[in-house]
Amino acid sequence: MGAIDYQTLIPNNVNLADDRRLQRALGRWQPNYLEWWNEMGPDGFQTKDIYLRTAISADRQGWAHFDYVRMPEYRWGIFLAEPDPNRKIHFGDHMGQDVWQTVPGEYRNVLRRVIVTQGDTEPASVEQQRQLGNTAPSLYDLRNLFQVNVEEGRHLWAMVYLLHSYFGREGRDEAEELLCRRSGDEDKPRILDAFNQPCDDWLSFFCFTMFADRDGKYQLASLAESAFDPLARTCRFMLTEEAHHLFVGDKGMERIIRRSAELTRLDPNGEARNQGGIDLPTIQRFINFWFSYCLDLFGSEISTNAADYFGHSLKGRFQEARRYDEHTALNQFKTFTVASAGKLTTEEAPLRNAMNEVLRDDYISDCQTAVRRWNKAIKKIGVDFEMALPNRRFHRRQGLYAEQNFDLEGNPITEAEFEANRDVWLRTDADLAYVRTLMKPCHEKGKIANWIAPPRNGVDGKPFEFEYVRLV
Amino acid sequence: MAESAIEHDPVNFETHPDRYKHWQLQVDGAVATLTLSVDLHGGLRPGYELKLNSYDLGVDIELADAVRRLRFEHPEVRVVVVTSGLPRVFCAGANIRMLASSAHGFKVNFCKFTNETRCEFEDMSANSEVHWIAAVNGACAGGGYELALACDEIFLVDDGSSTVSLPEVPLLGVLPGTGGLTRVVDKRKVRRDHADLFCTKAEGYRLRDAKKMKLVDDGFPRSKWQGNIEAKVAGALKARGGAQGRSGVSLQPVQPQITQEGQLTELTYEHVSLSIDGAKRVASLTLQGPKSTAPCSAKELYEQGDGAWALRAFRELDDALLQLRFNHPTEGLILLRTTGDSDAVLAWDSALSNMRDSGDWFAREVQLHQARVLRRLDNMARSMFALIEPGSCFAGVCYEIAMAADRSYMLDDPDQPNHIALHDVNFGAFVTHNGQTRMAIRYLGDPDQLAELQAHREQVEALEAEDLGLVTLSPDDLDWEDEVRIEIEERVSLSPDGLTGMEQNLRFAGAETCDTKIFGRLTAWQNWIFQRPNAVGDQGALARYGHPEKPVFDWKRT
Repeated sequence: MGAIDYQTLIPNNVNLADDRRLQRALGRWQPNYLEWWNEMGPDGFQTKDIYLRTAISADRQGWAHFDYVRMPEYRWGIFLAEPDPNRKIHFGDHMGQDVWQTVPGEYRNVLRRVIVTQGDTEPASVEQQRQLGNTAPSLYDLRNLFQVNVEEGRHLWAMVYLLHSYFGREGRDEAEELLCRRSGDEDKPRILDAFNQPCDDWLSFFCFTMFADRDGKYQLASLAESAFDPLARTCRFMLTEEAHHLFVGDKGMERIIRRSAELTRLDPNGEARNQGGIDLPTIQRFINFWFSYCLDLFGSEISTNAADYFGHSLKGRFQEARRYDEHTALNQFKTFTVASAGKLTTEEAPLRNAMNEVLRDDYISDCQTAVRRWNKAIKKIGVDFEMALPNRRFHRRQGLYAEQNFDLEGNPITEAEFEANRDVWLRTDADLAYVRTLMKPCHEKGKIANWIAPPRNGVDGKPFEFEYVRLV
Repeated sequence: MAESAIEHDPVNFETHPDRYKHWQLQVDGAVATLTLSVDLHGGLRPGYELKLNSYDLGVDIELADAVRRLRFEHPEVRVVVVTSGLPRVFCAGANIRMLASSAHGFKVNFCKFTNETRCEFEDMSANSEVHWIAAVNGACAGGGYELALACDEIFLVDDGSSTVSLPEVPLLGVLPGTGGLTRVVDKRKVRRDHADLFCTKAEGYRLRDAKKMKLVDDGFPRSKWQGNIEAKVAGALKARGGAQGRSGVSLQPVQPQITQEGQLTELTYEHVSLSIDGAKRVASLTLQGPKSTAPCSAKELYEQGDGAWALRAFRELDDALLQLRFNHPTEGLILLRTTGDSDAVLAWDSALSNMRDSGDWFAREVQLHQARVLRRLDNMARSMFALIEPGSCFAGVCYEIAMAADRSYMLDDPDQPNHIALHDVNFGAFVTHNGQTRMAIRYLGDPDQLAELQAHREQVEALEAEDLGLVTLSPDDLDWEDEVRIEIEERVSLSPDGLTGMEQNLRFAGAETCDTKIFGRLTAWQNWIFQRPNAVGDQGALARYGHPEKPVFDWKRT
């Protein structure tokens, strides 16, 4: 025993040093985690010094500690937001009761499933992104990629902490399984479909961090409302880190779009590709692809599970406490637009069963805010093009609109019409091939690839030219 | 009179692989594959979607049809693989919304019918040299796992997420009532405490634990799935031996002509007629004996094909029983009659038995089919009286009908000859669900008499029949009409629930089998739960499933 020096190696505010049960669980899991990181984490760069942010405590000073670190030596910690001793359950059937510090037996399976599903996405995205370091457009972006990766790793730790601490042997088994599934693997795929899609060019990476990680934000936010207090506190702390991932995605997209608009304007024929950039219609097709995939992550529009999660006070709405006056969600209904015989009509479902859609609404309007900003940037450069999110019914594989065909505006169309427009609406193999031709590493200090604009600011007050990754 | 009308459209049990909406039956030499891809919008009734390969009666009617056709149309088949055509899901079991929105009687009959089909898998395995493999290539819950349990072997895909589960108790507050609980402990011999864990864990177990607990036999990753299943099929083929040179007999539809006049409904088949008197709540079911002579050779039988009396008449009887169950719920008493020549019936029994003994598959299947239809008769939740009158042919296989009845009345009229006759088949070919012949059950308390009867091959007249215990009563011609009328009127006046319970308890004396536990213990508890507020009350678990509110239980246990 004593192979692991918990205090130094694993920064935490869960009293790990005195928790023998957790020590035993982590003691077995941690070596497997490192093995997974070495096998499935970023390809290369593991011995390089990278200017990373590490959370060393949960307070304002400690959560963002910057220094050079090698990734395998990153101190993946366990942090929960500070407890509120007076916290009461504030929605669902248990409203008004004290929050739970242990898992109620009745909800053991459901809670474990929620945590496993969330936890599974964290290593999945690291796996999806493992090749990207080799084609990073700048040291700044390379560093951001690794920051996202190590923090996804930490989020895995956070979920594993919950499994280890509150779910006994079954929890430990599930924690092992999280390290065994592999993104895109035929035999052991990750649980959710969007996390099995390849993500091996930087446009896809920014789309992913923009759209898929934003789903993560909404899932975490709704779990941050949970009656199971350790889960709520864990998710609240994770949200602070997730914000950086969204920033990487949102700004990354904006920088590519800005550069594309500049190159469009620069080219005598208005062809960004002739100038070695990515044209705006191609970016739009990537957006259409990823946005529609990520909408599926919220689950079925009308869902028994969603109703149970809310009813059992396990998962609230986005900012449940702050934005709603009524917290039982009973005897209320939500209206859906559905397609029937080629026409759009409406249908009602009990509000609790519609909770996935309620969360999806918030997500969509959040995404729309970013798109509006991107359009402002395009306009400012003087190019006549507007990005748009496809309608929520477009290109769906799950829920109410799966197995039907809709155009970008959400009008019902035939399968033949969809197929005829597929290459206009969704990124094509040719698009992917073209984007990949641009993916050449630019690892020189202060330099950046031609197809993307530099960021307006660096990290931690440092300039863009800062040596974020020491390659020599 | 609230339940006088059925609460759904009449159900039709006739279908054909060309018209299947949900199953695909593919036969490749000695291997058949049954692939389930349920049509989401193809439910028998409106109001529910058949998500995740969940099933309703329509899906199971197709399965029953496929199984029947495998037996008769594809005798070359030695291995049947049951699998799913949908990604990541094998079968989610019976559709919950369908169950929740069904009347009690429909639920009970739905479960009974699905149970009978699963028992038929096992009957094929035990008696028709057919090996069943459940290739569980995705999530497998509730009735989905029960479907797999009816197979000889279960293989589960090892993809890190697919599980087998019986979530009925934790999710719905009801039982896995299609044989689930019984087969887990009785057939697969899963240890009781493991079974207890399994049946309360809604999400079920993935391969590792499922295999450890013997819930499945083995599993393979997706990339090696096809190859491994093929290897298992090849292994089973080798063990079961070949069946080359057989070609099947195609089954033509069985469709009654239906006429209706006021409260009287007549269903007329070629060999069977069913007459339903809604006012008296009595149904008369009459089976006609063979009109032609029995076949002399297997070739002759084969040439008669599905027109052979022994097959056709019992297929019609089968359909009539299902019609009664689903479409005529209030007729609480069935009067069972036969007409025809008892010698002709006995000749058929002899012919089939002899051919079967010399290895003819078709004769064997015809007899196995008769046996199953008779078991369907045993399982009717109706009172049954056999009326043995002059001109009847209660001999051999047809005498089994009289023994299946709760009582039998035989007219004793010196002016009108009336007899019954026994055959070897009454002592072996037709066992009930408890694995015993109806004769053995009848003479459970008098084995000497049973032994004596085994040698008794003369025609038995009414008084002697009563004396030997082969019929209940033999009123003479002066008493007959009034006696029978009074018995009928008394019977239909009694509580239908009391009668159902009583009859089911009296019919299966003696040994227990997996089947009797399913139709007796498991079904009885399920039907009790199906009536309890904790399941079906406004706040019950089944009623509330999928709704935003949690179930509210009455916590008292008895």
